[in-house]
Amino acid sequence: MGAAYQKYYVPHQSSWPIIGAIALFLLGYGAALWINALAKDQHGVGIFLIVAGFALLFYMLFGWFSNIIDESMEGLYSQQMDRSFRQGMSWFIFSEIMFFMAFFCALFYARTIAVPWLDGSGNNAMTAEVLWPGFEAIWPLTKTPGGIETQVMPWEGIPLYNTLILLASSVTLQFAHMGIEQRKYTQLGFFLLLTIILGITFLFLQGQEYVHSYHELGLRLDSGVYGNTFFLLTGFHGLHVTLGAIFLTVIFLRIIIKGHFTPERHFGFQAAAWYWHFVDVVWLNLFVFVYVL
Amino acid sequence: MSTDNSNTLDVNADQQHVDHHDHKPTGITRWLYTTNHKDIGTLYLLFSLTMLFIGGSLAMVIRAELFQPGLQFVDPHFFNQMTTVHGLVMVFGAIMPAFVGLANWMVPLMIGAPDMALPRMNNWSFWILPFSFFILLSTLFMEGGGPAAGWTFYAPLSTTYSNDSTAFFVFSVHLLGISSIMGAMNVIVTIFNLRAPGMTWMKMPLFVWTWLITAFLLIAVMPVLAGTVTMVLTDKYFGTSFFDAAGGGDPVMFQHIFWFFGHPEVYIMILPAFGIVSSIIPTFARKPLFGYESMVVATASIAFLSFIVWAHHMFTTGMPVAAELFFMYTTMLIAVPTGVKVFNWVATMWRGSMTFETPMMFAVAFIVLFTIGGLSGLMLAIIPADFQYQDTYFVVAHFHYVLVTGALFGIISGVYFWIPKWTGVMYSERLGQWHFWCSLISVNMLFFPMHFVGLAGMPRRIPDYALQFADMNAFISIGAALFGLSQLIFVWCVVRCMRKKGEKASAEVWEGAQGLEWQIPSPAPYHTFQTPPKVK
Amino acid sequence: MKHYLFGLKCVTSYSVLFWLLLNSITLQAQTEKYNMTRGATDISHQVYDLHMAIFYICCVIGAIVFALMFWSIVYHRKSKGAKAEQFHGSLKIELLWTAIPVLILIVMAIPASRTLIAMEDTSKADLTVLVTGSQWKWHYKYMEYPIEFYSMLATPREQIDNLAEKAEFYLRDVDKPLVLPTGKKIRFLVTSDDVIHAWWVPAFAIKKDANPGFINETWTKVDKPGVYRGQCAELCGKDHGFMPIVVDVKNPEEFDLWAAEQVELQAQAKAEAEKAAQQTQSMEELMLLGQKTYESHCAMCHQISGEGLPGAIPALKGSVMVTQDIPAHIHIVAYGKPATAMQAFAKQLTTSELAAVITYERNAWGNNTGDLVQVADVVAVIEAGE
Ligand code: HEA
Ligand code: HEA
Ligand code: HEC
Ligand code: CUA
Ligand SMILES: [Cu+2]
Repeated sequence: MGAAYQKYYVPHQSSWPIIGAIALFLLGYGAALWINALAKDQHGVGIFLIVAGFALLFYMLFGWFSNIIDESMEGLYSQQMDRSFRQGMSWFIFSEIMFFMAFFCALFYARTIAVPWLDGSGNNAMTAEVLWPGFEAIWPLTKTPGGIETQVMPWEGIPLYNTLILLASSVTLQFAHMGIEQRKYTQLGFFLLLTIILGITFLFLQGQEYVHSYHELGLRLDSGVYGNTFFLLTGFHGLHVTLGAIFLTVIFLRIIIKGHFTPERHFGFQAAAWYWHFVDVVWLNLFVFVYVL
Repeated sequence: MSTDNSNTLDVNADQQHVDHHDHKPTGITRWLYTTNHKDIGTLYLLFSLTMLFIGGSLAMVIRAELFQPGLQFVDPHFFNQMTTVHGLVMVFGAIMPAFVGLANWMVPLMIGAPDMALPRMNNWSFWILPFSFFILLSTLFMEGGGPAAGWTFYAPLSTTYSNDSTAFFVFSVHLLGISSIMGAMNVIVTIFNLRAPGMTWMKMPLFVWTWLITAFLLIAVMPVLAGTVTMVLTDKYFGTSFFDAAGGGDPVMFQHIFWFFGHPEVYIMILPAFGIVSSIIPTFARKPLFGYESMVVATASIAFLSFIVWAHHMFTTGMPVAAELFFMYTTMLIAVPTGVKVFNWVATMWRGSMTFETPMMFAVAFIVLFTIGGLSGLMLAIIPADFQYQDTYFVVAHFHYVLVTGALFGIISGVYFWIPKWTGVMYSERLGQWHFWCSLISVNMLFFPMHFVGLAGMPRRIPDYALQFADMNAFISIGAALFGLSQLIFVWCVVRCMRKKGEKASAEVWEGAQGLEWQIPSPAPYHTFQTPPKVK
Repeated sequence: MKHYLFGLKCVTSYSVLFWLLLNSITLQAQTEKYNMTRGATDISHQVYDLHMAIFYICCVIGAIVFALMFWSIVYHRKSKGAKAEQFHGSLKIELLWTAIPVLILIVMAIPASRTLIAMEDTSKADLTVLVTGSQWKWHYKYMEYPIEFYSMLATPREQIDNLAEKAEFYLRDVDKPLVLPTGKKIRFLVTSDDVIHAWWVPAFAIKKDANPGFINETWTKVDKPGVYRGQCAELCGKDHGFMPIVVDVKNPEEFDLWAAEQVELQAQAKAEAEKAAQQTQSMEELMLLGQKTYESHCAMCHQISGEGLPGAIPALKGSVMVTQDIPAHIHIVAYGKPATAMQAFAKQLTTSELAAVITYERNAWGNNTGDLVQVADVVAVIEAGE
């Protein structure tokens, strides 16, 4: 605990948290109103609240992070502070892992328990006989007990390319990191940009895949538990790629415009990088469990 | 390309900075914009007290309706909303924020930290909560009413068969989940990173230990709850069928995911109370805590076990026998580390030199009544018997013993214990004793007979019941009213202290008090430990 | 050392006292009013004994722990001049109080596991009944006989609303109980049409969740004839508290008689329905039967007033569906609306009841369409299929 006895910086009062709380409130309340209106084919004020919420949220994030960056640049932060940020970020990523866990477990449960049970495995012979006589348990579930049919999303095409793209992006990000550590700022900038471009390519291809899936395969969000887990897992993953890409873009701009980060102090960069690697690992699991197996 | 300002710390600038805002900010913005752990702790505690009263008022509606057989005041649909929202408000609004408030106040003081590790985020965690509960409670005033599927919101009652409140409920849970996760991150980072020099792991007060482990549980399971409610949302509104057999899902899968969150959640609501009691008993026994190390190990074991017992809430759902047996055995095992804790407290009192001020009274009541709740929990774990207990008032009795006389009594004893430190004045001992005795008697009138009606076959979550349960229910309802009224004494006590009415408290406050928090003046200065104290 | 011995003696006497006190409480509690029922089957007796055994074990543990604690509360208080000792741990004693609870738990787990395994063995049944929960009634179907029927709350509305004296079996009476023979192993297949319910008869120590889309199995074998009562034990919506279960257990001979009678009755009902399809009925007849049917089957959701529950259940009063297109109206009542609380009533009501209730809806609460819906109209829609 070498430098643990330095002064710990406790920030001034700040209005950002309460603004953030209001932003989240607008988002939550707006989304609830909007979804209910949607379900009834109505319009409501929900969508406006959502837009306002997002605007306020971005305003808050921008302001809050500028404060942090300024403080960091002023040198108010000690190593201990840096550790707090790092640890905070690690626990945040842990919480994200647990969030994905919930959906992965839903996938495993549906696949290895619910679907076989519906076809009479274990002590469920009567379930199959009385309730779902024609049903056959297979995975991917191309025909639900209720009779909805879909096709299987193969892993060989876009998903495979996307896997390679994300893997490559993790490597390029590693090069960017080496760039920081060796003060090779051109290398840093180049590889960071490349990572972002790879991320956006991934998202683009994922979008293509969704279109293909809806139009050609009939695999939809509402086509049974295979479609459910497919879209929720890839969807939340895509959302995280989006956030990660935004995060990296901000870092990129800070480097290009403000010339931030040094070999010793680049927590912002590292947080973004951790996040990116985490999203990558989630994808690898997705690729294996959602597509291949 | 970049300015190197790595390790150099401008101590002077920093010093000035600190001096500059050492005086308390004033007005409403003090509370809205605060980054001070004591202010935020106070906010959490006041919020929790408000929620206790809201949740308690809903419970009074429940008890009024159940006073006599027949439908008296409310229709069954509204009754279900009362039950559901009572459970949600108490769990997420009263108990959890109270613990976070205590952690905010006490953890930095106990480990010699200047504040929480991430003070702004701390403020954010708090202010999300009132908004979240505004969303939840506002549904009660909407057309169709609030959520009515129980605090456990089992699908498909909460999906296909629910009303419009579902979306509001889901987003409100998302918000309070975000709040809890951030709060927990803050606690963990503070404990990991901001301990004063010499405050080694095995010197940390047990309250800090129990909160560290609680925070870990929170970060592990709140996201799972977020996932659960998300699936509820998509099942209801976007045509997914996670919990619908026709699409290859399973309603029981909901319960697995929910209880994977839900069971650790109940330990989230008890572990910090264990910590509080472990501070109070040694203080008033004037004797060191018996078996400190085993207390730490026991807490960690409870936390570990809490991840592999969840299906004990689902014994009647028709799991395979092997799974049922597994969950029965793991559940029973939890009695062992919990027993270690109880025995250690008793051994701490043994041959001490005890006095019985209000905090100690509540702590002693905690031990007895929590143990009763724990023992009934053990009975619930015995599957063949649970088939008869499940979803009856026997379960309601069990969880109110662990939650009200466990968690809530723990919180109350903590408040009496630390309020002199917070406000600088002693609470009125006479009022405190009144509060204690009134609460003790009425709470047992309220919850003890529930064991009997439950065993005799009264199901929970019903607005009306068969005639043989009538006299017991009337008695329970009277106990409920008395217990509710007794809490007004508590509020009076707290308000007196907040208005600085009472004897001035010394720094040490209690004769047997040990630990850093008792070495700073009472009331604790707005900023403490800006230079870390040395712990021997 | 002397001190400790004295302590021990005190503690034992305390525990004995506590024990006696508890015993007197529990003797009191033997009455079914305050304790679990012993029930009427071999399994339920095992469960009861297990319950009492673990209860006593818990009492003893509690008594010992509390006695120790109160002993030190009484004797180790400062006002008595007690000086605090400073010991703070002992590995030996900690190991002891880890090991002893483990042993106690093992002692509890063995009979529990044995009983559980017996409870879950549904093989070699003599009779199988399919039990289906739906909001808020039970449906029973005998797999070996052509018998099936709904069973719902029989307590009149006035008693619930405190307008009439409550009967002895207030809220625990049904219109048509499940009838079972004694001495036979009966297998129950438990499932649901909509939300999760739980089929609970305390006297059989059976509580099984009725999960929509899945079938759970359980069994019983009752030795004594009698009427056994239970109720739904999983929150299933508004009228969860009004979903009782009554099981009438008869001697095998009586059961056979009953079964034969039921088969005949159901055949008769079918013949009558076919006859009714040929006839036309008057407005008065239809409205009378319609009101009766509405109040027993529809009012729990759509309310007596036909106004529904805003935000959850649509009003029928003035509803487009109810006042315009007749076949569409018949269709929704006969087939329900999938994935909503609106059930398919074609399998719950006879065609004449359907005709009557639809006529009633179209003419009650000021809907005054004047339309008459005859059985033939209903049959036409039903035959056209979903
Ligand atoms: C603070 C909250 C809290 C705590 C601490 C506990 C603690 C325990 N609970 Fe409880 N429980 C709830 C809150 C809590 N519970 C809630 C809210 C519900 C209902 C949820 C709902 O459906 O709405 C519930 C429901 C519940 C059920 C499901 C009942 C049902 O629906 O059918 C079960 C079943 O196993 C159970 C078991 C236990 C056990 C074994 C413990 C153990 O941890 C207890 C351990 C403690 C002791 C045993 C006492 C002290 C020990 C000794 C003195 C040592 C010697 C003892 C022995 C050797 C026996 N609980
Ligand atoms: C977490 C903590 C917690 C706390 C503290 C409480 C506190 C109380 N609870 Fe409980 N309760 C739950 C958690 C909690 N509860 C949960 C999780 C459920 C399950 C929900 C579900 O099934 O989904 C439940 C369910 C539940 C039921 C079962 C409902 C049912 O199944 O239908 C009942 C019934 O009596 C009940 C009663 C009470 C009472 C009387 C109190 C009292 O202790 C409250 C006392 C407090 C006050 C009364 C407020 C303060 C005073 C005033 C407002 C002054 C005015 C007072 C008067 C006019 C008298 N609760
Ligand atoms: C368990 C609750 C429940 C019961 C019992 C019930 N209904 Fe319904 N009913 C509903 C719900 C919910 C809807 C709305 C379905 C939807 O979302 O469109 C509905 C819709 C209807 C509609 C269409 C109304 C409209 O305006 O669209 C009619 C007609 C109707 N019910 C008649 C009946 C009749 C007749 C009975 C009794 C024989 C009955 N219902 C029993 C819940 C119920
Ligand atoms: Cu059916 Cu509760
Ligand atoms: Cu549990």
